[in-house]
Amino acid sequence: MDVVAFYAFAAIAVVSSLLVVGQRNPMHSVMLLIVSFGALAGLYVLLDAPFSAVTQIIIYAGAIMVLFLFVVMLLNVPREEPTPISVATLVGPTGRRIGAVLALVFGIELLWALMRVGLSPFGQDPAIESVSSVRRIGLGLFRDHVFAFEATSLLILVAMVGAVVLARRER
Amino acid sequence: MVPLNHYLILSGVLFAIGTAGVFLRRNLITVLLSIEIMLNAVNLTFVAVGRYHGSVDGQIITFFVMTVAAAEAAVGLALVIALFRHRETLSPDAFTALKW
Repeated sequence: MDVVAFYAFAAIAVVSSLLVVGQRNPMHSVMLLIVSFGALAGLYVLLDAPFSAVTQIIIYAGAIMVLFLFVVMLLNVPREEPTPISVATLVGPTGRRIGAVLALVFGIELLWALMRVGLSPFGQDPAIESVSSVRRIGLGLFRDHVFAFEATSLLILVAMVGAVVLARRER
Repeated sequence: MVPLNHYLILSGVLFAIGTAGVFLRRNLITVLLSIEIMLNAVNLTFVAVGRYHGSVDGQIITFFVMTVAAAEAAVGLALVIALFRHRETLSPDAFTALKW
């Protein structure tokens, strides 16, 4: 059951990510990325991490993707333009082929490195059970990593101010 | 249960797809979306390895990565809007000058 669910979610995530990269309408890309994030949330549930799954849905699919959708609709650029002639030599078919080959080589390299490690099944000892406990996550977040948490709040504040300043209309 | 390697391989595949997107797309918004794919691949690794070691730290880092991704998306999209106002295009090849 677990195995079937894993492969189903993995297939959904990979196919929708490929389509995000593969087609030209940014609106469809955003929608497909939400599907991919949903599949990843399913994988988090399989990994006994329901908290991560819920934050994935709420923050990523709910908040960040809405931001992307707003910008796509605001700018109203339904299609990618053809590349201008001046840079065509760099990003034309040849350059694009090089990029695709580089990404493919990178993926094969990762797979090769991971295959060498050998199969490692997940442990079943009782300590594992509490990975899904929100209480432990909260204790870790607000006690052990409290400085990182506060630094994150500062980062969000800076990003908020930065976004407002950058997107402001100059006069 | 599916072994850890399968999660790591899935994560590697997703990361490679994101890398390909950054290289191949000529649209700033799709490039940002590809970066989100890469961040999610890393998140999956963190959660899987955290589960493997029986520690919640993987999920906590995932939480931080999500907040940083939100900040990155906000600033990145503000930059995209500002650039679009100047050039009326989203192609990264149009933005080769530091100042105009």
